[in-house]
Amino acid sequence: MTDISTDILVVGGGPAGLSAASEAASYGARVLIVESDLQLGGQLVKQTHKFFGSRDEYAGTRGYKIADILLSEIKENEQNVKVMINTTVTGYYSEDRTFTAMSGEESYMCIRAQRAIVAAGASERLIPFPNNDLPGVYGAGAVQTLMNVYGVVPGKRVLMVGAGNIGLIVSYQLMQAGVEVAAVVEAMPKIGGYWVHAAKIRRLGVPILLRHSIKEAVGERVVEGAVIMELDDKFAPTGQELRMDCDVICMAVGLSPTTEILSQAGCRMKYVPELCGLVAERDRAMRTSNPDFWSAGDATGIEEASAAMVEGRIAGLCAADSLGLPVKMTKLDEYWTRLDHLRAGEVGSKIRAGIDKVYRDKWEVRLDG
Amino acid sequence: MDENESIFNSGVLTDELPGAIRPPQDLWEGKKSGLVVVECPQRIPCNPCATSCPTGAICAFSDINDTPRIDYKKCTGCAICVAVCPGLACFVVDLTFNEDYALYKIPYEMLPLPSKGDTVTCLGRTGEALASGIVETVVEPKHDRTYVIHVSAPKKLANDIRAIKVGG
Ligand SMILES: Cc1cc2nc3c(=O)[nH]c(=O)nc-3n(C[C@H](O)[C@H](O)[C@H](O)COP(=O)(O)OP(=O)(O)OC[C@H]3O[C@@H](n4cnc5c(N)ncnc54)[C@H](O)[C@@H]3O)c2cc1C
Repeated sequence: MTDISTDILVVGGGPAGLSAASEAASYGARVLIVESDLQLGGQLVKQTHKFFGSRDEYAGTRGYKIADILLSEIKENEQNVKVMINTTVTGYYSEDRTFTAMSGEESYMCIRAQRAIVAAGASERLIPFPNNDLPGVYGAGAVQTLMNVYGVVPGKRVLMVGAGNIGLIVSYQLMQAGVEVAAVVEAMPKIGGYWVHAAKIRRLGVPILLRHSIKEAVGERVVEGAVIMELDDKFAPTGQELRMDCDVICMAVGLSPTTEILSQAGCRMKYVPELCGLVAERDRAMRTSNPDFWSAGDATGIEEASAAMVEGRIAGLCAADSLGLPVKMTKLDEYWTRLDHLRAGEVGSKIRAGIDKVYRDKWEVRLDG
Repeated sequence: MDENESIFNSGVLTDELPGAIRPPQDLWEGKKSGLVVVECPQRIPCNPCATSCPTGAICAFSDINDTPRIDYKKCTGCAICVAVCPGLACFVVDLTFNEDYALYKIPYEMLPLPSKGDTVTCLGRTGEALASGIVETVVEPKHDRTYVIHVSAPKKLANDIRAIKVGG
């Protein structure tokens, strides 16, 4: 087993982790980015659409191009950044402050880091229904990976389950790939994603059926169709059902923050519905109750790449500061102003309410001595 | 919930709203190159339309979540916003094209790409076929694969045509 040591370990090389690494490295910290995937970029590499947000967060630029921008920024401090792809951080042992990681499927290692920034993103939720084990039932992430990373269409005709931003955007991307979208079903009486994303597919003729969900998948050996059902105010089936032909059922029913490492590190965690799951309490520095651990991005609550990048910068800045490096702490106010702007709207109000539940002005009991 | 509300909730504009106001008719009718029509009625953190507008016709946002406000006197119909808007929510409609036809400048990110002279189907907000149109110009203002297709189609559909379908 090899042993590696670094000043700052960044778990996850998505927009949050890359921004954190770049920021910390720019102040001279030695940073190691560990990423399970075969390339850096996280969710960004699959996003072929133009992003929202402001110019500071590259609005109007396609997601995968934003990943390129972050990677070239990291190159500027190349001497301070080590990257390991195809490597997963599998555990943290607080008694000797050591992380374990697995590279590929064979090789294991120990990583000793003075500080860690957990930017592990999120994992997809799925909903149960009869026959959901048939080939042809996918999560939206898999559909995007197949299509936008490997250039493989998942099928010919898709039923999309969920009208949040992911369901709406992936529907649009499917159409761009020449795949027909039979319908989008959404249990709520209102689309959850941005209205303009819905308008974009509506005007290309895709029905969005509100107060509808999937009842079951239909097919012998593979998906041949789906039965969808209407729901009432209390989300109970009204009895109205419709059988649809499709060879793909794509689920886009939400994400949950990936936080196992934080739990292992003893960070104080809380279940916050507005942030979509179990997340760590954090302060203005994005530091957790374990003073060696910071967190940023979707791992702190499901939000957007724009916010993930700013949170990553905050974590990187403050982790570098905690090592005694000469950082520009005035940046912290600037980053918070950016976050506050991003979260000021109708959509941000939910995030703000969630953060209020886990935000700490100061820690009552610090673990460090 | 009334019917209009549930249609709106599924992504179809049913009425004018802040962020989705039609240009003033008299100015619109005489404006060569057309005026911008924005359909962005939800407060979301996004501002490239305003930051990219070369004439300030899309007024600067005081909050990034503002919905777009337009000073139509300044709009030249250049369609930069059409190419830049991540939500594909900006359009330009030029009512001076000729007696019966308007020129619609519509964002397009699908395949196949049409060419000048092609006949395409003009679609409304729920994808319904409204008329056929002729492609007059195809441009890619930002060289980023969002094309702006200039299509001539009946003027009386100025408030309805919002997309095109190429082929089939
Ligand atoms: C379809 C879709 C459309 C979107 N559109 C937009 C948009 O228009 N605008 C916008 O701002 N945002 C958008 N987002 C959201 C955005 O992609 C995410 O919010 C953002 O990627 C979160 O960044 P992150 O770095 O926190 O996590 P991620 O991008 O998920 O990156 C986390 C990384 O950590 C790695 N990882 C996890 N666990 C480990 C481990 N134990 N060891 C090593 N590596 C690990 C993962 O492999 C992954 O690469 C969209 C998302 C989707 C799915």
